[in-house]
Amino acid sequence: MSEERGVKDVAKDRLESVGIILNPEKRSGMFLQVDQSTAFASPLYEGVEVMSIRDALKKYEWVSDLMWSLVERKQDEYTREADSEDVNGYFIRAMPGAKIEMPVEACLYLKTLGHKQKVHNIIIAEEGSELNIISGCTSHPGVVSGMHIGISEFFVKKDAKVSFTMVHGWERDMEIRPRSTAKIDENGVFISNYVLLTPVKLVQMYPKAYLGKNAKAVFSSILLAHEGSVVDVGSYCALQGEKSSAEIISRSISTGGKVFARGQIVAEENDVKGHLECRGLMLSDEGEIHAVPELETKCSQVELSHEAAIGKIAEEQVFYLMCRGMTRDEATSTIVRGFMDVEIKGIPDSLRFAISKAVELAARDIL
Amino acid sequence: MLQVVNLKVRVEGKKVLNGVSFYLEQGNTYVLFGANGSGKSSLLNTIIGNPKYEVVGGRIIFNDVDITEMSPEERVKLGMGIAFQNPPEVDGVKLKELLEHCRGISGLDREEVEKYIEMLNMEELVERHVNKGFSGGEVKRAEVLQLLVLNPELVMLDEPDSGVDMENLSIMGRALRTLLERDKKKDERTKTSLIITHTGHILQYVDADYGMILHNGRIACIGNPEKILEDITEHGYEGCVDKCLKNVE
Ligand SMILES: Nc1ncnc2c1ncn2[C@@H]1O[C@H](COP(=O)(O)OP(=O)(O)OP(=O)(O)O)[C@@H](O)[C@H]1O
Ligand SMILES: [Mg+2]
Repeated sequence: MSEERGVKDVAKDRLESVGIILNPEKRSGMFLQVDQSTAFASPLYEGVEVMSIRDALKKYEWVSDLMWSLVERKQDEYTREADSEDVNGYFIRAMPGAKIEMPVEACLYLKTLGHKQKVHNIIIAEEGSELNIISGCTSHPGVVSGMHIGISEFFVKKDAKVSFTMVHGWERDMEIRPRSTAKIDENGVFISNYVLLTPVKLVQMYPKAYLGKNAKAVFSSILLAHEGSVVDVGSYCALQGEKSSAEIISRSISTGGKVFARGQIVAEENDVKGHLECRGLMLSDEGEIHAVPELETKCSQVELSHEAAIGKIAEEQVFYLMCRGMTRDEATSTIVRGFMDVEIKGIPDSLRFAISKAVELAARDIL
Repeated sequence: MLQVVNLKVRVEGKKVLNGVSFYLEQGNTYVLFGANGSGKSSLLNTIIGNPKYEVVGGRIIFNDVDITEMSPEERVKLGMGIAFQNPPEVDGVKLKELLEHCRGISGLDREEVEKYIEMLNMEELVERHVNKGFSGGEVKRAEVLQLLVLNPELVMLDEPDSGVDMENLSIMGRALRTLLERDKKKDERTKTSLIITHTGHILQYVDADYGMILHNGRIACIGNPEKILEDITEHGYEGCVDKCLKNVE
């Protein structure tokens, strides 16, 4: 088997299902990693750098200092595993002041059955820049088992803005352990979206954000746990600078799988704001949804709130839509799609469209 | 066109209708009066097939088809439509998406839908999620808009005029007048409607042919709608029903 992998090795429909379109006209940069090899890494826009982490380490001395500066190298057995010789991943950077609305797409593709994909990503938005990323992770048809460990470290510098939309499309026996942390400097904005709608054995992640003065973070996740899946997803925000704010929003659906929707906001400074919203929809008697919202403060001048609600589909809504001529199934999938349709602000329309499309397909398939 | 025969209905274990019978003739507009809690909304819900309302006796016949056991969706596809008194919110679903679905049922063309949206001043509201954060009057207009687009043969309106200000009432009244073909000659009208109102405000725009009162789980009077409304205003529901019964004797 050859080491080198290329576009010929990937299934385009799988890429599309996770928002990767391979269209250089609609992207400001593209990156594709197949198992451990870089298939391509191309910056397509002035002011954006896209390369493999291996190349970045060669190009800039300082990259090695950034690696493991936010995520603890010895955090757990998975970070230790990712800290290996053959690790790859992407390096994406927006140069100071560069406002790049068109998204960079980065795809991590698992090609070989049973492969343990190890990824280390560094994302930098330099001062005053704007960067929008869609990161699609998926596996080759028939590759039903394997593992994906992804370390991501985000550096959102002063006055910069990053939106990071991650769509996962896996298979029933895969184990997925992303580990990521974002450091958001003064006035910085970090918008992170996570969409998981396919079966998987386990996804376990707890991305963290450390917010500086007047910085803002918004985490939104749309999670669907199929029978046999365990989806344990949360976000952690530490409000360390005054006037910083965080919002964590999740929509979870169980059609028989287990969901842990976690969220934690910690106020470490006065004059900060945080809101957590976990909503769950049970579509089967088999599954489980645990909503675990946590708020914590060490200061008195803070505004932290949360709401959590779990339930089944409201019969009243189904009946209402049936009175407009929908069949029971059409009504149910309309409601499910509506439930998952979190209003995500601050991302380009093309990415919002990619999310709605994935949600639409999943809602149709649920029944 | 609609025949309700000795209908008995229970909701949450409670008897709400106890032998309702009436017949609606095609092309006519009927007003249904009745005190709070008398079962008017329950009757409309039962006619459209709300599964919460359990039919324990009687039949509902629509255009010679027994629809008593049918799902709401089947009834709608046969040509029934309802505007609810208190419709639920549907998160994440835009009103215009729902209208598009209604349009699929009626086969109306897009221009016509646009015309109705404009007529009811709903250009901005259709972009919002169904009934989410709508004001009382907006909810009513949204219900009527959906009915206009669904364009049913039998139009059921549950208090379309409650909580609607004068200006919106006139806008809605005109729209309903079109829907119910009230400007056509009597023998050219094909739309039938059953309207619940307490105040009768909507009747200034949609002239009704008959009025009836729901009382003690049954239809107590049928007659001239203005006369009934007058009697209710003067003597109350109870007094009005007594008067009707005396007339019968
Ligand atoms: N879904 C329901 N669950 C429980 N009780 C109900 C339900 N629907 C109706 N009822 C009860 O049945 C009775 C009739 O209610 P209904 O809503 O039909 O009255 P109405 O004539 O429409 O009154 P209003 O003029 O106040 O709208 C009331 O006592 C009401 O509380
Ligand atoms: Mg009522």
